[in-house]
Amino acid sequence: MSAPVVWILIPFLAGILILLFVPEKYSSIVGGTVAMILSLVALIFPIDTALLLGSLSIKISTSVEFFGRSFSLSTADGTLLAIVYGSAAFWFFGVYSPKAEKRFISLGLMIVALFTASIAVEPFLYAALLLEMAAMLVIPLLVPIYQKAGRGVVRFLIYQTLAMPFILFSGWMLAGVESSSGDFGTTVQSGAILGLGFAFLFGVFPLYNWIPMLMEEVSPYVTGFLLWSLSIFTTIFALGFLDRYTWIRTSPQLSSAIIYTGMIMAASAGIFAAMQKHIGRIMGYAAIFETGLVVLAMGLRSSNIVDIVFLLLIPRGLELVIWALAISIIKREVYSLRLSEVRGLARKYPIAVAALVTAHLSITGFPLLAGFPSRLALGQELAGYSLTISFWVFIGMFGLLIAAIRTLAVFVMADENAPWSVNESWVQISMLAIGVIGLFVIGIFPQVLKPFFVNLPSLFEHLGR
Amino acid sequence: MFIDIISWIAVGMILFTSAAMLINRDWRVSLGALGVQYLAAFWLVTRHLPFVMGSAKLITGWMVVAVLGMTRLGLSTADERNESSFLPRGRAFRIILIGIVAFVAAGSTARIEALIPGLGLQVIAGSLLLIGAGIIHLGVTSDSLHIVLGLLTMLTGFEILYAAVESSILVVGLLAIVNLGLGLVGSYLLVAGSMPHEVEEVL
Repeated sequence: MSAPVVWILIPFLAGILILLFVPEKYSSIVGGTVAMILSLVALIFPIDTALLLGSLSIKISTSVEFFGRSFSLSTADGTLLAIVYGSAAFWFFGVYSPKAEKRFISLGLMIVALFTASIAVEPFLYAALLLEMAAMLVIPLLVPIYQKAGRGVVRFLIYQTLAMPFILFSGWMLAGVESSSGDFGTTVQSGAILGLGFAFLFGVFPLYNWIPMLMEEVSPYVTGFLLWSLSIFTTIFALGFLDRYTWIRTSPQLSSAIIYTGMIMAASAGIFAAMQKHIGRIMGYAAIFETGLVVLAMGLRSSNIVDIVFLLLIPRGLELVIWALAISIIKREVYSLRLSEVRGLARKYPIAVAALVTAHLSITGFPLLAGFPSRLALGQELAGYSLTISFWVFIGMFGLLIAAIRTLAVFVMADENAPWSVNESWVQISMLAIGVIGLFVIGIFPQVLKPFFVNLPSLFEHLGR
Repeated sequence: MFIDIISWIAVGMILFTSAAMLINRDWRVSLGALGVQYLAAFWLVTRHLPFVMGSAKLITGWMVVAVLGMTRLGLSTADERNESSFLPRGRAFRIILIGIVAFVAAGSTARIEALIPGLGLQVIAGSLLLIGAGIIHLGVTSDSLHIVLGLLTMLTGFEILYAAVESSILVVGLLAIVNLGLGLVGSYLLVAGSMPHEVEEVL
C-alpha cells in the first residue's frame, strides 16, 4: 500500500462513509478513531521502510501516480502526518453536540485529506488547487442550510479563490526567474504576484477581516478547526516555496517584506483584540496574531526557521481546540458571545472558563504555557534582527494580554450570592483537562516535542541548513 | 487568418457577455451570458490545449450553469437577495467600469505579448477582460449568485491564460473540479437560508 492511499484516500472515503452510513451519535467516535489510527500508523510505520512483524513484512511505499503526476509522501512527512491526524482526532473527539457532529466529522476528515494531498502533490505548485478545493468543502460546514451566508463566509470564499490563480501563475513565472536570474523585472513581477497570492491565503493585514467576521457569524468550533487546518498547510506550502526557489530564500528585500508583514499582522491583531467586545472575535484576532508570528518567523533568514515555525504551529492546534471548545460550551448558555452577555459565567462553567483563559494566555505567550517556548525562540532571533520589530510584536502580545484580562474580569463579574456549579459534561471536562494539561506540559517541558523535531526539518531540502 | 478572426469574435463575445452579466441583474440573462462566455473561452483555450481538454472545460462550465440555473429556478422571487445599499448600483456606473476594464485590457495586451511571446493577442485580451470583469463584479455585489458568477468569470479568464503555459491533464482536471465546486457552493449558498430551521445545532 502506498502512503497517499493511506493518508489521503482512506480518510477521504471514511469521511464519505461516515456521512452516509454512520449514525449521528457515533460519528464523533468513529471519525476521531479513524484520525487517531492514521496518526498512530504514521508514528509507528515509517514510510518507505520495511517493517517485520513476525513473518509478515509491511512496507508503505511513498508515491502513487495520478493523471501523469505523482502524489508522494516521504519518511519525513510521517511525523507531520502524525501531528496533523493526532490534532484532527482531538478536534473530532471534542465535538459534543450530537445533532451537528456528523457533518463536521465527515467533512472535516475530507478536508484534512485534501490538505494532506496538498503537501503530497508533485509538482508542489498544484497544492494551490487542492487548498482551494478544501476551502470550498469548508463552506457547508460554515453555513448551516437554514442560515443565510454572512459577509465573513463570502469574503473567505473570495479570498481563497483569488489566491489560487495568483499562486499558480507566480509558480510558472518563478520557473522563468530561476532560469534567467539576472532579469530584475520578471523577478519583481513574480515576487509581487506570489506575495499577493499568499496575502490572500494567509489573510495578512488587511485581508484578515473575514476571520473575526466568521467568529461572530458561525460556529466558533468550526471556525477554529478551519483556522487550525488552513494555517498549518498554508504554512507548509509557503515554506515549500522558500525551500525550492533560491532567490526567494536569499533575497533580503523579500525577507524584510515578509518580516514587516508578519509584524503588522501581529501588532494590529493584538491591538484590535484588546478593543473587542466579543469573545469569538477575540479568538479570531488571537489566531491572526499567531499567524503573524508564523509569517514573521518565515521571513527570518535563520537556520532555526523550520524549528521555530513548527514550535509555533504544534501548540496552536491545542490552543485553538481548547479555546473553541470552551466557547462552544459557553455559547449554549447565551444568545451572543458579547462580553455583556457572558458576564459572570465563570460560576456556571468554571472549567470551560478556566480552559478558555489558559488557552488565551498561552497564545499571548504566558510563561509555563505552550506558547511560551516558541515566543522565546522567536524573540531571541528577532532581538538580533531588529529591536523595533520586537517592540511591535511585544505590543501585539500586550494587546492580547489586555484582552485576556478583560475576558477574565467579565467572566468572574457575578453576583456575590450566585452559586458555583459545574455544568460541563464529563466528556467536555475530560477534553478540556487533557488539553490544558497538554498546554502546561509543552510549556514547562518543551523537550517533549523533541522527537517530532528530529524529522521535520528534513521535509525541506534547503531551509534551516 | 480565419482562426484569428474567430478568436477576435470570441474576444468580442467575452466583452459583451461580461458587460451583460455586470449590467443586467436578471439571473436568467446572467446565466445565459455565462454559458455563452464558456463557449468563447473554449475557443480561446483550444488555441493552446487539445480539443478534448478544451471540451472538458466547456462541459464543466455548462454543468455549472445548469446547476446554478436549476437551483435558482427552484427558489421563489421572494428569495432574491437584496443588494447592499452601500454598493453603487447605477447602470451607467457599471458601464463605465466595464469600459475601464476594456481599455486596460486593450492597453496591456500588446505589452504582455511582448513579455511572454507566443500566447497570442486574442488569448491575452480575452483572459484580461474576464479577469477584470470578474474582479469588478465581485466589487459591486453582495448577492451570493453574482459573487459566484464573478468568481467563475475571473477563474475562466485565468484558465485561458494558464492553458497557454500549462497543459497538464491533472491541472485541467483539478480546475474543472474547482469550477464545479464553485457552482455547487454557489447553489448551496443560494439555498442556504431558504430552508426551515428544523434542528437546533449547537456546535
